Amino acid sequence: MDLFHAIFVDPFAQMISAPDLLAQTVWEGFVAGILYALIALGFVLIYKASGVFNFAQGIMMVFAALTLVGLNEKGVPAWIALALSVAVMYGLAVAIERLVLRPLVNQPDIILLMATLGITYFLIGFGELVFGGSPKSMITKQLYLPEGAINLHVLGGQVQLQKLDIAAAVIAMLMVAGLALFFQKTRIGRALRAVADDHQAALSVGISLNQIWVIVWFTAGVVALATGIFWGARSDVSFALQVVSLKALPVLILGGLTSVPGAIVGGLIIGIGEKLGEFYWGPLLGGGIESWLAYMIALVFLLFRPQGLFGEKIIERI
Amino acid sequence: MTTPSANILEVLNIEVVYNAIALVLKGVSLTVPKGGIVALLGANGAGKTTTLRAISNLLHAERGEVTKGAIQFEGERVDKLSPNDLVRRGAIQVMEGRHCFGHLTIEENLLTGAFTRCDGRAAIARDLDAIYQYFPRLKQRRTSQAGYTSGGEQQMCAIGRAMMSKPKLILLDEPSMGLAPQVVEEIFEIVKGLNEREGVSFLLAEQNTNIALRYARFGYILETGRVVLDGEAEALRTNEDVREFYLGVGGENRRSFKTVKTYKRRKRWLA
Repeated sequence: MDLFHAIFVDPFAQMISAPDLLAQTVWEGFVAGILYALIALGFVLIYKASGVFNFAQGIMMVFAALTLVGLNEKGVPAWIALALSVAVMYGLAVAIERLVLRPLVNQPDIILLMATLGITYFLIGFGELVFGGSPKSMITKQLYLPEGAINLHVLGGQVQLQKLDIAAAVIAMLMVAGLALFFQKTRIGRALRAVADDHQAALSVGISLNQIWVIVWFTAGVVALATGIFWGARSDVSFALQVVSLKALPVLILGGLTSVPGAIVGGLIIGIGEKLGEFYWGPLLGGGIESWLAYMIALVFLLFRPQGLFGEKIIERI
Repeated sequence: MTTPSANILEVLNIEVVYNAIALVLKGVSLTVPKGGIVALLGANGAGKTTTLRAISNLLHAERGEVTKGAIQFEGERVDKLSPNDLVRRGAIQVMEGRHCFGHLTIEENLLTGAFTRCDGRAAIARDLDAIYQYFPRLKQRRTSQAGYTSGGEQQMCAIGRAMMSKPKLILLDEPSMGLAPQVVEEIFEIVKGLNEREGVSFLLAEQNTNIALRYARFGYILETGRVVLDGEAEALRTNEDVREFYLGVGGENRRSFKTVKTYKRRKRWLA
């Protein structure tokens, strides 16, 4: 009976008695969630357009952030370094298309998956070779990212919002909105959706898959750069950072591998869920449940709704 | 042999191998005259689709390859180009089974057909209107997702989408598949209209020999990767063997498969 009480009653009583703490926890979860969502978005974009589960997405994030910081360390001004990092991500997209995707076209999925594993290790080695293996700190100041915090006196207490987190949330939302507009309204966006629907038919109407792949990998690279900047600002920029990209896997399972809104909602659910779980239910198990709760949630989803919350709606004619 | 300028497409003795092992086409030659409708007939697995895919260069995506022979479009060799290049030059394939983009609306489907064009939005909008003239039903359904439209509408959408690329030649694969006879007739009427008014040439792969020979001017019959017979549509329709093997109306009395004579004739036909 005590256990029942500790699981189902106490946490909720705490939430009600201290709404400011609840709001603080939800906010932190929201920021983590939106960053998970950005990583997951990279996976979804590539999966939809080329049918490849891109294992290298996490490393692309680290590599992009490392390029940015590394160039700055070598004396390149921050804004030029940012532009150069975008250019490097474009170069990477072209190289991957030429050297990996094009020769392996029409191979079984597992071969492409293994190829992205290869890309992962190549990027780790290449990144360490060029920029060194020691952790670096993100150049937030040079990029004019805000510092400090805002204290809101609400709900009978105070909620502290880090300005960096606010910036992360705003930029993430702008990127998502921008991507959605790009997909819905432009000629290339339409072609991307066409490729996601039917590769063969897209080829037959003259859409060049090679061109589309470059665009998609480049977009995923830019998303990776943005994510890398904000994750890097929260901890250090090092290859250890790629473990946060593993958190994108439960997000994908939750949201569905083919759905952009799914990636966003899934990211938020995982982010907020794990923060709430850690704060209110964590003490029951001695804490530290944040690192595995997401995978538990994903496991439950796999059992009951394997296509995810927003998995591709399959149109079937009868 | 006609002069090259009169033919928009010439396929010269091509061989196609799938997966570097399965020889599917064993020397197919055919020509499509400018502004003509040519039918490519044959049973399942005869090689009709493979021939069309070889021409449109979609073969590569199916792990197939043209190992011998040449394909000329408007007098130039095109068998090493990408499908994208070929669409730019004016030859586009409408695939078997329609293959509309299910999650895109009908209008978006039509617009993807204009992907390779760079003559501006105004020209594309004008052509979209022209397509709606030919296919009034598509205009009614323009905002619905293509996956939820009927088979006939999807076939119209696929042909309209191909027309949006301003093609000179359309490779039309089994337009009658899975459609009611009335709708098939409607589709073929539209094909005829496009051919007469827009001057688009058609190479038409069909199992429905009857209707294909009524609309085409010339026909080729494929069997197990070879052209076994070709001729004017009218001549093919009255050919005794075609009538018996493809139209199912040959001879005066009913025949059974046990008939030795038929078997011998069929053997001679295949040899």
